[in-house]
Amino acid sequence: MAVDGSLERLRREGRIVVVGASLAGLRAAETLREEGFTGTLTMIGDEPYEPYDRPPLSKQVLLGRVPADHTALPRRRAIEAQWRLGVAATGLDLSAKRVALADGTSVEYDRLLIATGVRSRPWPNELEAGLDGVFVLRTRDDATRLRHRLKAGPSRVLVIGAGFTGSEIASVCRERDLPVTVAERGPTPLSGALGSVIGDVAAQLHHQHGVDLRCGVMVTGLEGDGAGRLRRAHFSDGGTVDAEVAVVALGATRNTEWLAGSGLAAGPRGIACDAGCRAFDVRGIVADDVFVAGDVARSPHPLFGYQFLSLEHWGNAVAQAAVAAHNMICRGEERRPHLWTPYFWSAQFGVNIKSVGVPNMADQIIVSQGSLGEHRFTAAYGYQGRVIAAVTFDQAKWLEFHQRQIEQAAPFPPPFTTVDRRAEGMRPVPAGFPDPSVPTHGPQVTVSGHSPTDQRVTFTPA
Amino acid sequence: MTSVALLGQILDHANRADPYPLYAELRRTPVVRDESGPYLVSTYWEIHSLLRDPRVSSDIRNLAPEAKTGPGTEDPDLPPSFIRLDPPDHDRLRRLIMRTYGPPHSPRRVYGLHGEISGIVSGLIDRFQGRGQIDLVDDFSYPFPVTVICRLLGVPQEDEQRFHGWADTVATAIEPPVGTPEEQEAHWRSIREAHHQLAGYLSGLIEQRRRAPREDMISALATDRGADENPMSLPEMLSNLTLLLIAGHETTVNLITNGMLTLLRHPDTLKQLRTDPDLVIPLVEELLRFEPPVQLLPERTTLDDIEIAGTTIPQGASLWLVPASGNRDPQRFPEPDRFIPDRPDNQHFGFGSGIHNCIGSPLARLEAQTALAELVRRLDNPRLVEDPPPYRHNAALRGPQHLPIAFDGLSR
Repeated sequence: MAVDGSLERLRREGRIVVVGASLAGLRAAETLREEGFTGTLTMIGDEPYEPYDRPPLSKQVLLGRVPADHTALPRRRAIEAQWRLGVAATGLDLSAKRVALADGTSVEYDRLLIATGVRSRPWPNELEAGLDGVFVLRTRDDATRLRHRLKAGPSRVLVIGAGFTGSEIASVCRERDLPVTVAERGPTPLSGALGSVIGDVAAQLHHQHGVDLRCGVMVTGLEGDGAGRLRRAHFSDGGTVDAEVAVVALGATRNTEWLAGSGLAAGPRGIACDAGCRAFDVRGIVADDVFVAGDVARSPHPLFGYQFLSLEHWGNAVAQAAVAAHNMICRGEERRPHLWTPYFWSAQFGVNIKSVGVPNMADQIIVSQGSLGEHRFTAAYGYQGRVIAAVTFDQAKWLEFHQRQIEQAAPFPPPFTTVDRRAEGMRPVPAGFPDPSVPTHGPQVTVSGHSPTDQRVTFTPA
Repeated sequence: MTSVALLGQILDHANRADPYPLYAELRRTPVVRDESGPYLVSTYWEIHSLLRDPRVSSDIRNLAPEAKTGPGTEDPDLPPSFIRLDPPDHDRLRRLIMRTYGPPHSPRRVYGLHGEISGIVSGLIDRFQGRGQIDLVDDFSYPFPVTVICRLLGVPQEDEQRFHGWADTVATAIEPPVGTPEEQEAHWRSIREAHHQLAGYLSGLIEQRRRAPREDMISALATDRGADENPMSLPEMLSNLTLLLIAGHETTVNLITNGMLTLLRHPDTLKQLRTDPDLVIPLVEELLRFEPPVQLLPERTTLDDIEIAGTTIPQGASLWLVPASGNRDPQRFPEPDRFIPDRPDNQHFGFGSGIHNCIGSPLARLEAQTALAELVRRLDNPRLVEDPPPYRHNAALRGPQHLPIAFDGLSR
C-alpha cells in the first residue's frame, strides 16, 4: 500500500513538468487535470507563444486566409499551469530529477513528460541558408515571414523537397498565382511517404496546376547576389532556376540534443519509449518517471511487428499525449498502451489526401475503389499478404473501413467485391517505394580533412 | 443461425408510438436474420461500420427482389437519384449538388436562409392567434419545410401552393399501400400523375433559370458547368430535385413534431429552453438521437459475404440497418433511454453516416433549431392533448400523424 500512498500523494501534490508547449504538451496537461491531478504543473516551451496549431501554417496561413497568430490551439479546459515560455530546456539530470533551462534556472519534477517535437531540417550549407529569401516552414514565425514574402509577389519560388509540406507550399504558391519550381530528389512527389504509384498521381496534380516540377534532381547550391539575396539555384543535372524565394522542405530533425548525456535513449531518430510512453534509458531499461509523447517519441507498435515508429502526425500527438498523461498518474495495471493507428491528411491542389497505417512498409498496392486517372480513389497497401495501410484521394469516407482491415490484419490483396471497383484495381502492383538502404531525403554530406581547423563539410549530389 | 420475427412487429402500426422496447430486444443479437428475409443490424458499432463498408451497396438495381419495399417515391421514368446509387455515379451527383448547396463553392446557401426561415416560422405561429389549440403537424410542421425548400430551390411564391400539392402527393408514396387493390391502384396513379406534373413544372423552371439565373439553387444547378466533370442532365436534375423535395419534406416534419412532443413530455427541459434559447443547439442533436425521424435504413444489399459481430451476412442479402436502435445502444451512449438535452459526445445516427450522410443536415438543423426555440418562446403554457398522439403509418420515417397542443395564449 506504500506504493499506492505515494501515487495518491503524486496526484494530489506532486510536481509534473512538461517540456514542449505545443499540441502534445497541451493535450497531456489537459488530460492530467481531467484525470484529477491537482499538483504543480509546469509547462516549458522554447517559443514565446502559447500552444498553437501547425497544420494551418502551410495552408490557410500561407494563403493569407488566417493570420499566423490566430492559430492558437483551443483549450478543452483550464490547466492552471506555470508557464515558462520562450525558454528552452537545455539539460536533464535523471538522478536529481531536474530539468535545466536556457536562462540558467532549473525545475525539479516528480514526473517528467518530454514533448519537444521536431524542427525543420535546415539547408545544410550555412552560408547559403543565410541568404535573404531562403526559408523553412515549421513555426508560427516561419509562416509569418514566408507569408509576407509570398504576398510581395516574388518572381519565382523554389520549393526544395516534394514531401507533404513541400507539395502543400507549391500548391499555395499556385493558388496565389506565383510561378513555382519544385525540386525533388525522388522519382515523384510524395514517393517517400506514399510510393511512386501514388506519387505519379501527385506529379500529375503538380503539372495540371502549372508547377515546374523537377524530379530526380537535387539542388546543389543556392546562389546569392551581391546584396546577399537569393538569386539562383543550381541543380545536380546541370540546370539552374532563377528564384527570389526558396523554401527548404527536407523533412524534420527531432529535438533531442538537449538530452545529450542525460542517459536517455535519445538521438536523431527520437526518444525510444515503451508502448506505455515510458522513456528508455540508453541501456534499454525503462525510466519510470520520464514519459514521452508526440513527434519526438519512438514507440513500438504491435500492429507493425513491434517496430519502433516515430510519427509526425497531428493525431498521434493527441492520442499519445492522452496515454502518456494517463499513465503518468496511474498504477501499473491501470496503464494503457498507445495503440493508435497511424493516420494523417494533407490538402494540396484542391485534393484532400488521407492515409492510414504505415504505407512505406508496403511492397504492393492495389486501387480498391475509384481510379488513379480520375484522381479520386482509395488504394490499399500490402506487405507479405496483409493490409498494412491505405490512402485516399478525395475519398476519405472509406478510410475507416480500411483502418479496421489493417487492425484486423486482413489479407492483401483484398479478396472481396466492393462498390466502385474498376478494372485497374483487380491486380496489385509494386508500390514503388525507394530502396530503404538508399536515403531519399536530406542531402548527402561528407566530411573531409583531419585537423579540426581544416575539416570541411561538403554537400554531395547523388 | 436462428432467425427472429421482429421486423413484422416493428412494421406493425400498433407499435409505432413506442418501438424502443422492440429495438432493445433486437440489440440482444446485434446482427440477425429476420424470418421475412432481411438481415437486421441494431447495435451502434455494427451499424457504424456497415455504413462505411464498401461491400454494402445502396444501388437500387442491386436490391434483392424480395427487399423492395414498394413502388417507392421515385418517378419510374427518371434515372435513380443519388441516394439510390453507388460510387462513382453517387459521388458525381452528390458533388454536383454540393457545389450549389454547400461549402466550399456555396458556403452561404443555407446560412443565407436564416432570416427567411425565421420569417416563415413567425408567420406560421402568428396564424395561431385567437386559438386555444392547434394541430402542430397540419398547422406548422407540414407547411414549414416545404415552404423553406421552395425558397431554397427558387420556386416563386405564387407557385408555392401548387408545389405543396404535388409535394404532398409524391411524398405519400413513402407510406406502404393500404385499401383494396383498386384503391391502391388509384393511389399510385395519383402519385404518378403528381410526379409528371412536378417534373413538367421543374423542367420549365430549370429552363427559365438557365436563361435568366437568379440567386437560387435551381439557377445554380441549371448553369453549373460541373468543373472537370459532366454537368447534370435534365433527367438527373429532375430526379435529384424531387429527392431533395421529399427528403426535406418528410423528415423535418417529424423532427419538429417529435421535438415538441419530447419537450412537452419533459416540462423542465421546456422551461430551461425558454430561459436559455442557446440550449436548442445541443437539444436538437439529442433529439436526433432520441427520436430520430429516420428510424430504419432498408434497401441496402451486400456485394460480398460480410463477417460482422460473429455472423456472416451472405453476398446478395438484403440489409436493414436500424439507426434508431443504434442511437439507444447502451454500449455507446450512457443512459440511452434518457433525454439529456446537453448530452456530451453525441455522435448519433440522426443523419446517417458514411458516404450517404444526409446532405440536408445543415438545413434541417437550422429549421429545427429555429422552429423549436420560437414555438417554445411564443406558446404560453403549451400542453399535450393526447399522449401518445396518433402516429403515421410509416415505420422508417416515423412521426405523429397529428399533434394536438393546447395553450393559453401567444407571446409576441
